[in-house]
Amino acid sequence: MGIEILGLPLMYYIAMVAKVLVAFVFVLLTVAYATYAERKIIGHMQVRLGPMRTGWHGLLQPIADGVKLFFKEEIIPSQASTFAFLVAPLIALIPAFITFAVIPFGGIIEIAGYKIPLQIAAYYDTTAGQVFDVNVGVLYILAMSSLGVYGIVLAGWASNSKYSLMGGLRASAQMISYELAAGLSIISVFMLSGTLSLSRIVELQSGFGGFEWYLFKQPLAAFMFFICSLAEINRTPFDLPEAETELVSGFCTEYSSMKYAMFFMAEYANMVTVCALTVTLFLGGWNGPLTGAIPLLGPVYFIAKVYFLMFVCMWIRATLPRYRYDQLMHLGWKVFIPVALVNIIVTGIIGYFL
Amino acid sequence: MNPITPIINGMKITLKHMFMKPVTLQYPTERPKVAKRFRGLHALNVSHDKAKCVACYLCPTVCPAKCITVEAAEDANHDKYASVYEIDMLRCIFCGYCVEACPVDAVKMTEEFELANYNRTDFIYSKERLLVKK
Repeated sequence: MGIEILGLPLMYYIAMVAKVLVAFVFVLLTVAYATYAERKIIGHMQVRLGPMRTGWHGLLQPIADGVKLFFKEEIIPSQASTFAFLVAPLIALIPAFITFAVIPFGGIIEIAGYKIPLQIAAYYDTTAGQVFDVNVGVLYILAMSSLGVYGIVLAGWASNSKYSLMGGLRASAQMISYELAAGLSIISVFMLSGTLSLSRIVELQSGFGGFEWYLFKQPLAAFMFFICSLAEINRTPFDLPEAETELVSGFCTEYSSMKYAMFFMAEYANMVTVCALTVTLFLGGWNGPLTGAIPLLGPVYFIAKVYFLMFVCMWIRATLPRYRYDQLMHLGWKVFIPVALVNIIVTGIIGYFL
Repeated sequence: MNPITPIINGMKITLKHMFMKPVTLQYPTERPKVAKRFRGLHALNVSHDKAKCVACYLCPTVCPAKCITVEAAEDANHDKYASVYEIDMLRCIFCGYCVEACPVDAVKMTEEFELANYNRTDFIYSKERLLVKK
């Protein structure tokens, strides 16, 4: 197959770069327009119009916001720990994006006789005739999503402001509580699938014309995972680290300009990632009717499902007020963790006897 | 009480509201329709090409904000008329007492409500600016 680099055909590298670029640009655009969609949806839910002025029905609003934030003055507080202050937004932003590397967003497509699996960290081995991806994909995602909180805690500490520090502390406490429940609810999925590879998990949900979803086998786990994910990415009703009403703006109080924008991008990128992960684990990933015949339908189904879940996130935000701190801890430790443990035991017992 | 039903009910309400017609008024392009008896900017009624005002001083007397200045004078026909009729819009509270008090129906209030200006002197409306436009 022509030129080979390190034992792999050139096409492998081209496909890899193309996949990375397409997925990254797509996620970035989704993040940008998620802000617009959120403002629009919440606006209409409050019987308002949302952004209307910039472009047709405000469609250029994200670009205008971006340009505005980019040209704003960059303020670093004189008492802040400069290095940590500068590096914190990056630590928050990067894990949000690199999580996408292991999420399969489509089946295998064939371009110029070369089979390309639509998952960034995966390749099709022609000699073995199968797809190899990160076989501990879920562990990788759990690791990355808990890295994101370091950015927030560091931002809170480095700003040297009491509100920021409170926000950072709350973020870490919340993350620890809900990471546990989220992890425990995924375990019941592994007990069914017997694998940690995300592309395998998606494959296992392809029965019934693409509707053999783990959501129907594990509704409780799916529900809990989604709620815990909302808490992990600090979305309303669990947005205590930001909490405008009591903590000004929480961990990003002292931030301005592009660094502030980075925190926002991280928040929305996390939302995209969490929705994509929920889709992969519980809603059958890119599976759907006719994906076998037309492989390009896979990404379409995947995107549709992710967008639906993102709509649900915004819908929840428009409905529920913020939980109080003790309610949050009560829900995490006294409701979700015991229920997740019971769910694991029940899954184990049923799995043993079937 | 179980905690899930109120959440579901709330979600239903928000979803229902999403399909309602928004109440937003796109202000500079869309204009509000003010009520018939809206109390906006004042205007001096005109009859026979002259202001109807007879400078009786009832409006500055009744004005609770003391924003109307009237000075009476005599014209060629020996009729009393207002040589000065000024309303300070920065002090006016748009109560409409001046309209109620007027015995000759000389002052009225229009539907005009955009009264912004760039300097304070522009807020003092002289007689010429208050006369009803033809």
